[in-house]
Amino acid sequence: MDTVLLSRIQFASTTIFHYFFVPVSIGLALIIAIMETMYVRKGNEEYKRMAQFWGKLFLINFAVGVVTGILQEFQFGMNWSDYSRFVGDVFGAPLAIEALLAFFLESTFIGIWIFGWDKVSKRIHLLSIWLVAFGTMLSAFWILLANSFMQHPVGFQINNGRAEMNDIFALITNGQLLVEFPHTVLAAYATGAFLVTGISAYKLLKKQDVAFFRKSFEIAAIVGVISSFGVAVAGHAQAQYLVETQPMKMAASEALWGESGDPAPWTVFANIDVKNQTNSNEVQVPYLLSFLSYSKFSGDVKGMLELQKEYEVAYGPGDYIPPVKTTFWSFRIMVAAGTLMMLFGVYAIYLMWRKKMDRPNTWFMRFMFWGLLLPPIANTAGWIMTEIGRQPWTVFGLMTTEDSVSPNITSGQVLFSVISFTAIYAILGAVLVGLFVKVIKKGPYAMDNEHGESHDPYNKEG
Amino acid sequence: MSLNELWFLLIAVLFVGFFFLEGFDFGVGMETQILAKNDTERRILINSIGPFWDANEVWLITGAGAMFAAFPHWYATLFSGFYIPFVFALLALIARGVAFEFRGKRDSKAWQKTWDVCIFFGSFLPPFLLAVVFASFIKGLPIDKDMQMYAGFFDIVNAYTVVAGITVVLLCLVHGLMFTTLRTLGDLQERARKLAQKLLIPLAALLVAFVVMTYTMTDIFDKRGTLLWIVVVLAVAAYLLAGYFMMRKKDGYAFGMTGAVMALSVASIFIGLFPRVMISSLDQAFNLTITNAASGQYSLKVMTIVALTLLPFVLGYQIWSYFIFHKRVHEKEHLEY
Repeated sequence: MDTVLLSRIQFASTTIFHYFFVPVSIGLALIIAIMETMYVRKGNEEYKRMAQFWGKLFLINFAVGVVTGILQEFQFGMNWSDYSRFVGDVFGAPLAIEALLAFFLESTFIGIWIFGWDKVSKRIHLLSIWLVAFGTMLSAFWILLANSFMQHPVGFQINNGRAEMNDIFALITNGQLLVEFPHTVLAAYATGAFLVTGISAYKLLKKQDVAFFRKSFEIAAIVGVISSFGVAVAGHAQAQYLVETQPMKMAASEALWGESGDPAPWTVFANIDVKNQTNSNEVQVPYLLSFLSYSKFSGDVKGMLELQKEYEVAYGPGDYIPPVKTTFWSFRIMVAAGTLMMLFGVYAIYLMWRKKMDRPNTWFMRFMFWGLLLPPIANTAGWIMTEIGRQPWTVFGLMTTEDSVSPNITSGQVLFSVISFTAIYAILGAVLVGLFVKVIKKGPYAMDNEHGESHDPYNKEG
Repeated sequence: MSLNELWFLLIAVLFVGFFFLEGFDFGVGMETQILAKNDTERRILINSIGPFWDANEVWLITGAGAMFAAFPHWYATLFSGFYIPFVFALLALIARGVAFEFRGKRDSKAWQKTWDVCIFFGSFLPPFLLAVVFASFIKGLPIDKDMQMYAGFFDIVNAYTVVAGITVVLLCLVHGLMFTTLRTLGDLQERARKLAQKLLIPLAALLVAFVVMTYTMTDIFDKRGTLLWIVVVLAVAAYLLAGYFMMRKKDGYAFGMTGAVMALSVASIFIGLFPRVMISSLDQAFNLTITNAASGQYSLKVMTIVALTLLPFVLGYQIWSYFIFHKRVHEKEHLEY
């Protein structure tokens, strides 16, 4: 296997793994901050315990997110050095600002939050978790600014064969960023929310610490329903931006080979034949693609074959059609998961409103438990669509993935790193799930003795 | 001062800061296997760096980020050229970071031992490998006219770089031991101070060997003789003072001095490099410098404004967090890890 393919495998696998934890951190930080705010305002110890219990899960998750993030920063240089040389001017700056502005804030105040329960005042402690939550959001902003440049490059000029920044405000107001940032951050809030509702649903089904988990469920369900609707609205805006800036990605995500016709129907299902560039057995909803693309029930959408010809004129000969099946299905998986999240959220709110949370339907609680998997599925599918759909480009229209790889690394070296990172990530994933289960099983009232149990004061080794 | 010079200086400051700060928590990580006699002591040690280690590591991440932004060619040549050492450093840092959080979460001896091994190697390998990388910066590396580095095993691992690696690891350990004297009490504190004193002579021998080798095997004393000799004299003074304060049990001052030795050692590498950032062993003309490896002036200007605006806040709240956790850790209080 060549270094390009192996480096892509490594980047994809490590990024997908990293991105299981990032949204959970962003979402849980917000929910914990809300819980602790209620504790400080109402003085009710139960809310403090909530912040601490969900905090336990947050910290385990945060640790994995942080350590897998270091690799993300280094592998641009390790595996994609020609990319780094070409765009470092534009791409490096947001990464450096992310570290300076967000990582320092998060890492310092998470330290104060963990160790400061009886060392700083209640208000300072509360401020710490809000600063952590704010830091995770800032971090998302700057990394998405960098990613938006790859999707829709702005604010630069080509100088001596390199992309050089010439307008930072163009980067900050990149249209891509303005749709991608709310979509991604709201999805992260939904991820945290559905994790909390999911775990709470499990405990409610088991009838353990019912009051505690009902309250947790209610707080998270409100965050979940608001954010999952927000994700859909932002996603709709993003689709429209996509039609303008990356029409090929849009066409691929619809498996649209030829012209769509006006008005354009949305394909729910299709049997895609990449070799002959046709589809069969299509199931379509009329008008919907026009609406997705332009917010009105008319207008046609360009197909891949036509765009291929246009791109050949613009960028020279080559294959500009991304992997169609992956793009098509990842988009549908994302939309389906997102839709379920909205439905679950609305029903949960209905139960709360009708005060039926005392005896919620067990089938619904079972759904809510499995619902904690929906956001990670949607997040992963969303990123796969975004990144695979951009191929063969790393920076759209400017640099291909092929040209981005480090010329001085060998396939043996990359194979070694792929295997070792996969192995350590697999272990981390398994341990994390195991620890989550352990903390959840113990419940919120067993935490105090965590270390105490095995420590006999008379036993020197203890 | 040009913006290119300013960014070289800032990156140097970030790496000096990283080695000064994470240096002691690497040292404490190693102590968990060297100094601690039982699990309680191990946990006291880990909790003593608990609130700090993560923010300390961000100095490295910011340093690498600043390199990427200000000198993309430096970042690209460095990280692709040292591919395998960075794989090992990353694996070590990954294992170490989660080990702190994971080790206390289960009551099983085997479980804790596993993560303790991760903490030890995770605290030992990164400073060793980073020192090897930094030392080979000034020794020179096979970098061709396209700024691509094709290094063989012995270009990276040789007597000079290995001495640098061991020296920095030992320096981290001594620095960490002095940190332990500041945050613990009683027997543990006493043993930390004693061990630091015992290590002074071997560490001095290593430092002298490193300076002699640097003098004979690199060109940096030819290029920056006066300034480097000043650094050497200051380092010797700091070293002697560190020993003096240890004997007098003035732990705070001694910690400052071991940190000064660390800071001066790292600074000397950057002083010797300047205005180069990577030295080619094939041809002087292939050197990467603060000019040919840099980003455009606009980018540097934006970064300068951002950095100068944010740095006071960042430094402010980090110092404040050390102030919050200035009290000593002992077994009677709540240990998080």
